[in-house]
Amino acid sequence: MIEWFTWAQVAVAVLAGLFCLAYGLAGRVPNDYSLGATLLVELLLIAQLVVAIVAPLAGNPPSGSLPEFYIYLISALLLPPLAGFWALIERNRWSTVILGVACLAIAVMVYRMYQIWAFQVA
Amino acid sequence: MATTTSSRAVGVGRVLVAVYGILALAATGRSVFQIIDRFGEAPIAFTLSALSAVVYIVATVALLLPGCTWYRVAWFTIGFELVGVLVVGTMSVVAPSVLGLHSVNPFGRDATVWSGYGLGYLLVPLALPVLGMLWLYRRRPTVLPEAA
Repeated sequence: MIEWFTWAQVAVAVLAGLFCLAYGLAGRVPNDYSLGATLLVELLLIAQLVVAIVAPLAGNPPSGSLPEFYIYLISALLLPPLAGFWALIERNRWSTVILGVACLAIAVMVYRMYQIWAFQVA
Repeated sequence: MATTTSSRAVGVGRVLVAVYGILALAATGRSVFQIIDRFGEAPIAFTLSALSAVVYIVATVALLLPGCTWYRVAWFTIGFELVGVLVVGTMSVVAPSVLGLHSVNPFGRDATVWSGYGLGYLLVPLALPVLGMLWLYRRRPTVLPEAA
């Protein structure tokens, strides 16, 4: 993992999460903004997956357990599509709130992934 | 006698189901990994961890599906979770060795979803059963005809 990229990703996920949460609680149905924010979070996760594959080969191996890291990463990758499909099927404010909840959960998971990569002793 | 047969997961209940789903995913991922990687280190704790994962999955399904049976299943699973997080949470803090845990660290390598009352999951496992029960109580099936 690349430290600055990870923190940027956590920041984006928190902002996207708070945005969708506020937007949903304000009564807005999922739209291009809330779904776009969630999509951005997903794209950063895909970038993180590429980084995670390349980094050990480029002399940046994880200190902790790589399988545990990938369980978090794959779980996180699943959340935006699931929340996104939900938002497309059910067009009400709570779907927007759920997009926000998913983004905030991803922020926590990425932070946890960083703990595993940088601090956990395998 | 007209009972409500619609899904309980309407309105804000949708959010509850989504959070349950995420927690089910988190607990399943963690317990599967722990059991494959290091079951011998804390078999009791990891078995409870897997059990909690299954219960979270059933609770998620029970909240989604309509009908009186699923309503009872939802009460049972959510009640089980509340007891689980309180009992295992207390034991993980007071007597971690009983569960075969090596530390009280809720982020440690043998921590489970219930360790330290779910502190490793921002106390969501402690708050969720309470919110779930409040929700179930509000959405209880009525025997009275209800406006559609």
